[in-house]
Amino acid sequence: MSAKSTEAINIQLAGVGGQGVLLISSIIGLACVKHGLQVLSSEIHGMAQRGGVVWSTVRVGEVYSPMIAEGEADVLLAFEPVEAARATEVVSKRTEIIVNTRPIIPFTVGTWGHKYPPVKDIMKVLEGISKKVVAIDAEQLARDAGNKVATNVVMLGALMGRDILQIPSEVMKKAITEKVPKKAVEINMKAFDLGVKAAKKA
Amino acid sequence: MNEILSKEVGKRMFLLGNDAIVRGALEAGLDIATTYPGTPSSEIGNTFNVIAKEAGIYFEFSTNEKVALEVAAGAAISGQRAMTFFKHVGLNVASDPFMTLCYTGVKGGHVVIVADDPAVFSSQNEQDSRYYAMLSGAPMIEPIFPQECKDMVKGAFDISEQLAIPVLVRTTTRVNHVSGPVEFGDMRAPRGKVHFDKNPMTLVPVPLVSKQRHPVLLEKMRKAQELTETYPYTTVEGKKGRAKLGIITAGASYGYVKEAVNRLPYDVRIMRIGMVHPMPVKKLAEFMGTVDKVLVVEELEPYMEMWAKVAAKDAGLTQEIHGKDLLPRMWEFSRDIVTGAIMKVMGDKPPEAKKPLDLQLPARPATLCPGCPHRATYYACKVATKDEAIYSSDIGCYTLALLPPLKTADLFLCMGSSVGTAAGFSKATDQVVVGFVGDSTFFHSAIPGIINAVHNRHKFTYVILDNRTTAMTGHQPHPGTCKDGMGRNDAPSLDLEKVVRGLGVEWVRVVDPFDVKKTIETFKEALAHDGISIIISRRECALIEGAIKRGKDGTVPTYRVDKEKCKKCKRCLKMFACPALYVDEDGTVAINDLLCVGCGVCAQVCAFGSIEKVGGDGK
Repeated sequence: MSAKSTEAINIQLAGVGGQGVLLISSIIGLACVKHGLQVLSSEIHGMAQRGGVVWSTVRVGEVYSPMIAEGEADVLLAFEPVEAARATEVVSKRTEIIVNTRPIIPFTVGTWGHKYPPVKDIMKVLEGISKKVVAIDAEQLARDAGNKVATNVVMLGALMGRDILQIPSEVMKKAITEKVPKKAVEINMKAFDLGVKAAKKA
Repeated sequence: MNEILSKEVGKRMFLLGNDAIVRGALEAGLDIATTYPGTPSSEIGNTFNVIAKEAGIYFEFSTNEKVALEVAAGAAISGQRAMTFFKHVGLNVASDPFMTLCYTGVKGGHVVIVADDPAVFSSQNEQDSRYYAMLSGAPMIEPIFPQECKDMVKGAFDISEQLAIPVLVRTTTRVNHVSGPVEFGDMRAPRGKVHFDKNPMTLVPVPLVSKQRHPVLLEKMRKAQELTETYPYTTVEGKKGRAKLGIITAGASYGYVKEAVNRLPYDVRIMRIGMVHPMPVKKLAEFMGTVDKVLVVEELEPYMEMWAKVAAKDAGLTQEIHGKDLLPRMWEFSRDIVTGAIMKVMGDKPPEAKKPLDLQLPARPATLCPGCPHRATYYACKVATKDEAIYSSDIGCYTLALLPPLKTADLFLCMGSSVGTAAGFSKATDQVVVGFVGDSTFFHSAIPGIINAVHNRHKFTYVILDNRTTAMTGHQPHPGTCKDGMGRNDAPSLDLEKVVRGLGVEWVRVVDPFDVKKTIETFKEALAHDGISIIISRRECALIEGAIKRGKDGTVPTYRVDKEKCKKCKRCLKMFACPALYVDEDGTVAINDLLCVGCGVCAQVCAFGSIEKVGGDGK
């Protein structure tokens, strides 16, 4: 069951505080407005920082709520493997999961005795419940682009590489340019292109 | 120029609900804005902080919400347009002046934004502010989308001036923190300086005056009742003729209702309430008269449900009115929850919820950052008290220490409660009592409690965790810093030590929590003092730019665990628990160099000297 063109495109983002998840949803939203699309986005501030879980959503089209109902994400853009698994309420066979394969081990593993499952086990579970899993080492690609901080923009590039969001790359790049610090534009453009390329190959 | 100040009518921007609120107030010709930061309203203040000077308005971070409301009220009573904003519990703090402000009334429009937090993403309770509107008599409106946040806030100033009463704007997290396109309107200029006209028989509510002001308030409420019946944001949608089901809703719930109804096969009419106080009872009755059954969809309390039932009774309607019998009275709604309730009313069985994943995931709660000074203070305290004290806590990042392994938060009730409850613990028990408060929270409301402790000879140790900012809500300034709401860097900053001594506290010490040995010794001395002893533990929040000392090459000092020396006792993890520490495969502790910021406290915590500095010239 794929989304009809008249239906909204639903993007769920998930990651860890400090990864720049919210910056990416605001860039996508800005690009949508630039392209004349209807869009609503939602995020949680405050406690989500300090190393906690960060979720945000972007819904493009005629929508009345920024929240994505059960199983209705077209894309789950997950910046961390366990956070991909934690956000799967919105995942179904209509969903492509784009996931950064680099784990960020929470402190609960060291001090509460919690277990971090093997990444390959997580991937297997994700493959079983979704349409497709696009696994990329976004952190490595960001380092290749010049700075690991650009991991989030690699992920955005990967989203664009999947051709789900009908927005021209130039519009998205313009939105990135407006939202990141001037001196970081060049690295982020490289990071974006590497993300697009990696996702197209998958 | 900041884009939010653009004079271009029709300009479209992708704005956060909170920023749209700022734009709405600016378009209305706002003169003054006041706040104490609180999620989910905090970004309103952060944006004013950036643009106030350029916009030619006055903005301040007040010491607390009560003061914020009073400052704005003084301006509004004089004739300026004023806005005050805070989270739901902020209105608790400001409720005292707010109740009587509805008696005195205002001359210039005064809009009060109150941001509720269903699902308690970042609050201590889930209270429903709509009851404050009923309690005070003030009108209350509820926007849904960013565009409405702008437009309804703009209009709220006119309503406030028309009725000469403050107007409440209720939002929830899914209104404040939703972004969407916003089309700009024309911008009115601020009024600037006005002249205050004396009128004590209206403005000084001694019994003689307040007795006369109550009927005036009731008359304003009667006029508000007329307004709400024709308020343009209260709308009805659906086909003409009789419908099987009528849904009454407001705020973020409207979105869930609309999307659920669009996907269901039923004949449904929707009434969206834009002004929730006073409720448009006539319109409600009219609406309910055209449908067979009624379902009220609202998060938290059955407030509109109560009014729907009142309206139905008065109009002699007898149909089923559902609400909290089918929907939760807590947490946020979703389209799935609302779909289930609609299907139940229509006699169908809702689909079953998805099964959870067959995969155990490690929890990832928010925690104190690597390099956080609070963690070092807590460590020293636990060593000094042998971790046998009652920890009376308060509101800020430091409350995160309730989680194991730190567990240095045993109680808090509200902003500033730590000092009063510490006094209570010390009276009721023979246990050692240590209270913790942040610097911003100290200024907010701990001061009367300290005076009380001095005067009534309470005995406990009180720690002011002075990280030089209001960290949790996004690093807003406070009276102990030199920054202010206008973006100036030369504000008079209050010296905490002098303030505390001025309150009559005799035993006061200032420590740097990164000097672990000295901090432990200071705690021991403080605990031995007969009376209130205050430790000001001062060290900048690790997230403040420049707080982490970097070398010329931009690196921080790096630390490493010497695997030969590590005795695998895990004391550093159990007592200190920096997120950069973890247990390696061989059972020794290791340091994640991506997270470590080189504060060096763990090296002081290790009893075997196994953690050593290996590089980086940051120090």
